Amino acid sequence: MPWVYIEESQGAPVTVGLEVLSKARSLGEPTVVYVGEGSDAAFATLGAHGAAKVLHITPPAGMLGTAQVAATIAELIAAHSPGVLLLGMTYGARDVAGRLSARTGGTVLANAIDVSLDGGVSAVNEVFGGAKLVTTRVTGPGTPLVLVRPKSFPAEPSGGDVPPIESVPLADAGHAGSARVTGTHTEKAAGPKLEDAAIVVAGGRGLGKEEAFGMVEELADLLGGATGATRAIVDSGWVPYAKQVGQTGKTVKPDVYIACGISGAMQHLVGMKDSSTIIAINKDEEAPIFAVADLGIVGDVHKVLPQVIEALKGR
Amino acid sequence: MKVAVCVKQIPDPASDYQLDPEDHTLVRPNEQVLDDTDRYGVEVALQMAERHEGTVTLISMGPSGNLQGVRQALAMGADKAVLVDDPSLKGADSLTTARVLAAAIEREGFDLVIAGTESTDGYSGVVPQQVAELLSVPALTYAIAIEYADGTVRIKRQTATGYDEVESETPVLVSVTSGVVEPRYPTFKGIMQAKSKPVDTLTAADLGVDGSVGQQVTAVDVSPARAAGEKVEDDGEAYLRIITALEEAKVI
Ligand SMILES: Cc1cc2nc3c(=O)[nH]c(=O)nc-3n(C[C@H](O)[C@H](O)[C@H](O)COP(=O)(O)OP(=O)(O)OC[C@H]3O[C@@H](n4cnc5c(N)ncnc54)[C@H](O)[C@@H]3O)c2cc1C
Ligand SMILES: Nc1ncnc2c1ncn2[C@@H]1O[C@H](COP(=O)(O)O)[C@@H](O)[C@H]1O
Repeated sequence: MPWVYIEESQGAPVTVGLEVLSKARSLGEPTVVYVGEGSDAAFATLGAHGAAKVLHITPPAGMLGTAQVAATIAELIAAHSPGVLLLGMTYGARDVAGRLSARTGGTVLANAIDVSLDGGVSAVNEVFGGAKLVTTRVTGPGTPLVLVRPKSFPAEPSGGDVPPIESVPLADAGHAGSARVTGTHTEKAAGPKLEDAAIVVAGGRGLGKEEAFGMVEELADLLGGATGATRAIVDSGWVPYAKQVGQTGKTVKPDVYIACGISGAMQHLVGMKDSSTIIAINKDEEAPIFAVADLGIVGDVHKVLPQVIEALKGR
Repeated sequence: MKVAVCVKQIPDPASDYQLDPEDHTLVRPNEQVLDDTDRYGVEVALQMAERHEGTVTLISMGPSGNLQGVRQALAMGADKAVLVDDPSLKGADSLTTARVLAAAIEREGFDLVIAGTESTDGYSGVVPQQVAELLSVPALTYAIAIEYADGTVRIKRQTATGYDEVESETPVLVSVTSGVVEPRYPTFKGIMQAKSKPVDTLTAADLGVDGSVGQQVTAVDVSPARAAGEKVEDDGEAYLRIITALEEAKVI
């Protein structure tokens, strides 16, 4: 039976967790390991997406808690030997999966976009920016841990009832579990959510300077879309990480993706290449982004973007 | 303060990456470079060591080749390197890699372990957490800022919505993002000194780790390529093509 790890964010199961749970239904009767405060609404959502059972772990207050959560899940795995534990690939899930595998000896397959239990656990992942698909089978001992990339599967309710909930006591992790959280800072966010937006206007280092991201925001605003960014400008501190599109950021599949001053590195492409229409503006005609663009404009973002903005304002 | 920093030598990202037709592992040429991600880890390690009377030891697993990547990190200022090079580790999965790194780190002794958040060529993004678990220390992950005082390491931990402030006492592992610091360039003097810095080369057996691999590639398929569309040189009117494309996509 497949197990699915799902963490809570702002009182609800994270979306990628529900995506993975929806997939898990096709692999067997899923048991969900739910990490968070928990609530009737949250458990109902899990049931509605196919959870046959929920093992509920409440993380320690004021602590990072990943080591304790991993130690707790390791005990559950030792007691039940599930065939696989699927995790939506969030930062928290990576922390838990890493620790868990070191505790249990289970193999981790990361960056999966598909998973199968036929003849053992195997997963597919994209390499070289999605040019190749590699299937990897687990041959090692223990319960395999598969980290699944967001948007690999749709989150589809099955209309299930609230499942039985078993509350699991937290295991102790000693010094490894001693990290404390002393503060939380949330960036203010406006407009549609990047991962759900029908239009994404994204900027890269080709914008030249931080202020130029204002053009990207203005265009997104006019189109009712969300802004996105490359890691290059996130790392430079121009925009928050929440805007990062790509392998280590968000995966987006909007109707239209407009890439402004973005080279199209393979780590960026894996996060946006499945958009319906891709428009790219780049002054280098050799830029790899043009290989995936439906419409590529070889030009200067500082000339083209203001013209597009003006034209849209006039409509 | 004893700082260990996990660094990886990888094929030059500017080159075309190839998979071995036999076992589908990444082909690693004799000349490999320091993973750009790890330059940030090395810089953080050096700053910590400079401020807190420390030493920096590089820990790396993989084929040594001509050691170019490791020398790059030594030239930045690291004191020594421990390299685990063993044919039995070819195609090692993340857990085996972590077992090797943790054993090497333990052998050297440490207060602080630094790693990148994900490597450029493998990007499993779980090796640091595995290493932390094997060493029984906390993992302060995805650090965008780090400081140390009186035995406590504090970081800003990047989150999906901003950042958390997280702290713990040493010994501890910290994984750092590529925005955390500005890595220094090796000086000429650094490059010269790097040539005579100690590089210990170990096998898996030296560390008592067995190089078993828990996974196997069973297929490599070419994914259906997205066809490139039209490319238009901007003549001052190209923006009209964008407007038309937006109309065709029915979003305006
Ligand atoms: C492990 C790992 C994970 C990563 N994860 C991600 C990720 O999740 N997301 C991500 O985006 N990246 C990621 N990266 C980084 C990625 O490899 C690239 O470095 C990054 O995407 C480049 O960003 P960029 O296109 O903004 O910058 P550059 O590559 O510097 O490209 C800038 C482009 O702008 C063009 N340009 C310059 N001036 C103008 C102008 N005036 N008008 C028009 N065009 C102009 C240039 O021709 C160039 O093509 C990752 C890297 C690693 C190693
Ligand atoms: N073979 C290796 N040798 C040294 N460090 C490594 C190795 N593999 C991974 N690491 C460390 O773990 C980080 C994350 O790598 P990964 O889990 O492969 O994405 C890297 O940035 C390195 O700091």
